[in-house]
Amino acid sequence: MTASPRVALMITCLADLFYPEIGERIVRLLRRLGVTVTLPAGQTCCGLPLFNSGFHADAAAVARRTVAIFAGAEAVVVPSGSCAWMVKHEYPGLLAGGSDAAAARQLAGRTWEFSQYLVRALGRTAFETDTSERVAYHDSCHLLRGLHESESPRALLRNLQGAEVVDLPGSDECCGFGGSFSVRLPEVSTAILDRKLANVEASGARCVVACDAGCLMQMKGGLGRRSSGVRAVHLAELLDRERGGVR
Amino acid sequence: MSEPLITTPLRERAQQALGDRFLHEALDIATTKFIDLRREAFGDFPQGEGLRDRARAIKEATLQQLDRHLERLIDNVERLGGHVHFATTADEARDVILDIARRTGARMAVKSKSMATEEIHLNDALAAAGVTPVETDLGEYIIQLAHERPSHIIAPAIHKTKGQVAELFARELKREVAADPEVLTRIARAELREKFLQADLGITGANFAVADTGTVVLVTNEGNGRMVTSLPRVHVAVMGVEKVVPSMTDLMVFLSVLAKSATGQKLSVYTTLVQGPRRAHELEGPDEFHLVLLDNGRIAQIGGALREALYCLRCGACLNVCPVYRQIGGHAYGYTYPGPIGILLTAMLNGTRSVKELAHASSLCGACADACPVRIDIPKMLIELRKEVDEAKLAPWPERVVFKAFARLLRLPALYRLGGPLGRLLQRPFVRGGRIRALPLFFGHWTRTRDLPPVAARTFQERWTALEREIR
Repeated sequence: MTASPRVALMITCLADLFYPEIGERIVRLLRRLGVTVTLPAGQTCCGLPLFNSGFHADAAAVARRTVAIFAGAEAVVVPSGSCAWMVKHEYPGLLAGGSDAAAARQLAGRTWEFSQYLVRALGRTAFETDTSERVAYHDSCHLLRGLHESESPRALLRNLQGAEVVDLPGSDECCGFGGSFSVRLPEVSTAILDRKLANVEASGARCVVACDAGCLMQMKGGLGRRSSGVRAVHLAELLDRERGGVR
Repeated sequence: MSEPLITTPLRERAQQALGDRFLHEALDIATTKFIDLRREAFGDFPQGEGLRDRARAIKEATLQQLDRHLERLIDNVERLGGHVHFATTADEARDVILDIARRTGARMAVKSKSMATEEIHLNDALAAAGVTPVETDLGEYIIQLAHERPSHIIAPAIHKTKGQVAELFARELKREVAADPEVLTRIARAELREKFLQADLGITGANFAVADTGTVVLVTNEGNGRMVTSLPRVHVAVMGVEKVVPSMTDLMVFLSVLAKSATGQKLSVYTTLVQGPRRAHELEGPDEFHLVLLDNGRIAQIGGALREALYCLRCGACLNVCPVYRQIGGHAYGYTYPGPIGILLTAMLNGTRSVKELAHASSLCGACADACPVRIDIPKMLIELRKEVDEAKLAPWPERVVFKAFARLLRLPALYRLGGPLGRLLQRPFVRGGRIRALPLFFGHWTRTRDLPPVAARTFQERWTALEREIR
């Protein structure tokens, strides 16, 4: 028998501070799949907000310590597509030419967004859920257009016993979060969100699923404010049924 | 001279646009239609992806040797009897055109749609010199009547509903008409026929110019481009230097992706190829042909951070898919070129200072780069512009202080971990029923329209030891 897979969890700042339940679900689910999960100490944030706002020297300094923290990891799992994109797509460029360039490239190659890890690394797509709601999937921009991933989360939802998946019109359109964009142009950000939520409500879904804590913060924020009956959840929250879950 | 800096804050401009019900209706209908048409056009065209790659490669290679291709273009235009003028700035370009108008005694100029002439603010200069400019593209005609500027690169009047156009025609042309596009178009057509015959000068842009043959290429749908280039005595074409393509074969690659990206058409209704003035044996065409090659900040970017923006074909696809553009329309951007590509072009033409706010008018969702026929990485360059804004210290100082403090925090995990307890302490007065509905100061930018989650009772890292023990 081959050794059980080992992953290091990159919890990300938003999930750490605001949505720890997402991390907890991911850990329990991976554990049940026989994966050993560690949480390397000293994690903060991947530095994406700094990078996107143009503070590249600062983002590089953050990247450097993240690369060091995850240096020994076999694989790194990230709950948000945008943070995974930062590590995979931008770290190598930020640290190019330095002493940690090779380590950054290696980390990029070993880092997985959560749904990708399940489907593409572990080859697992069949799960059960304890929800019987209609669910719709929102494509996070960085996961879809940055990491070119639209299939893994959909495969997981399609094969999810108990849930009814409906199409979300404009599923590939931005939710309006965009990090600091959401507070620089709050009215525009909210108008984009309103369009997204109108589409969610029109789809008949009672639950909108995303693989990015940024989109979730934005969509939850808007749904809460309009006292909507629709909820927004991370994919891991549907896959990890309280008892059992893994088929 | 570059365009004057806009002083009203972007957020205010955007809010004003968001409050415009007609704008919202018009934009929503038009951009949704453009998006669907583009998707269908490429859906039926499996070779499209490969052609986009080729188009991009041709642009890359052409810019590498722009001087050589421009020389060849100039030689060929002159060989055909045309005149070529090189304008380093918008001022120079205007002067060249006004000189031609003066020398030929022109009193009226008919114009085919051209963003390059918008960029140099030609119409005002012509009017001031006693030459009446008449826009003959329907959209341009509408906004000229309304004394406005284009709000979209290919659909200049996209911000107007048909009802608004009918009202405008009633007011400006003293014609009571129904809000029926066909009726409105017929009226404009009748008005414009006269002008085509009266005009001395025909002014166009150029979608492409073929270096090998000296051909200026116009892609239009209304046939007005053909009238403008064949009826008046003098034809002046104005084009950015980056529009040169080496050969007819290259041209075909661009034509195969341009209309599909712009309007979802296989080809536009008219593709007009102009080669110099009328020749001896020809019945139609101008006596004089002038090509104005416009630099206006472009050449400096061949080796600059905005290089890729020079690949732009001006199809407008990135505007249609941009969530920000779809909400605020083109005028809120404030300069000639709106939308994601417009921010880059504004920086190119007017300098980094002009985009210190606009560089942030994007959620960086990447839809623009995906839709671009030549795959311009617009988000990457927007981030690059943000960096330039930061480095030139153009951003407000509180913003820089906040980001610098944030950067420090992320490098000190002990301090970062205090975020949990500190956040819980500070948020205490504001949490109601597990959510935060209102916060003071800057944080209100979020909470005015959205709930904010409170910092968790125990952060994930605070839970970890217990969780690890449990799952072991």
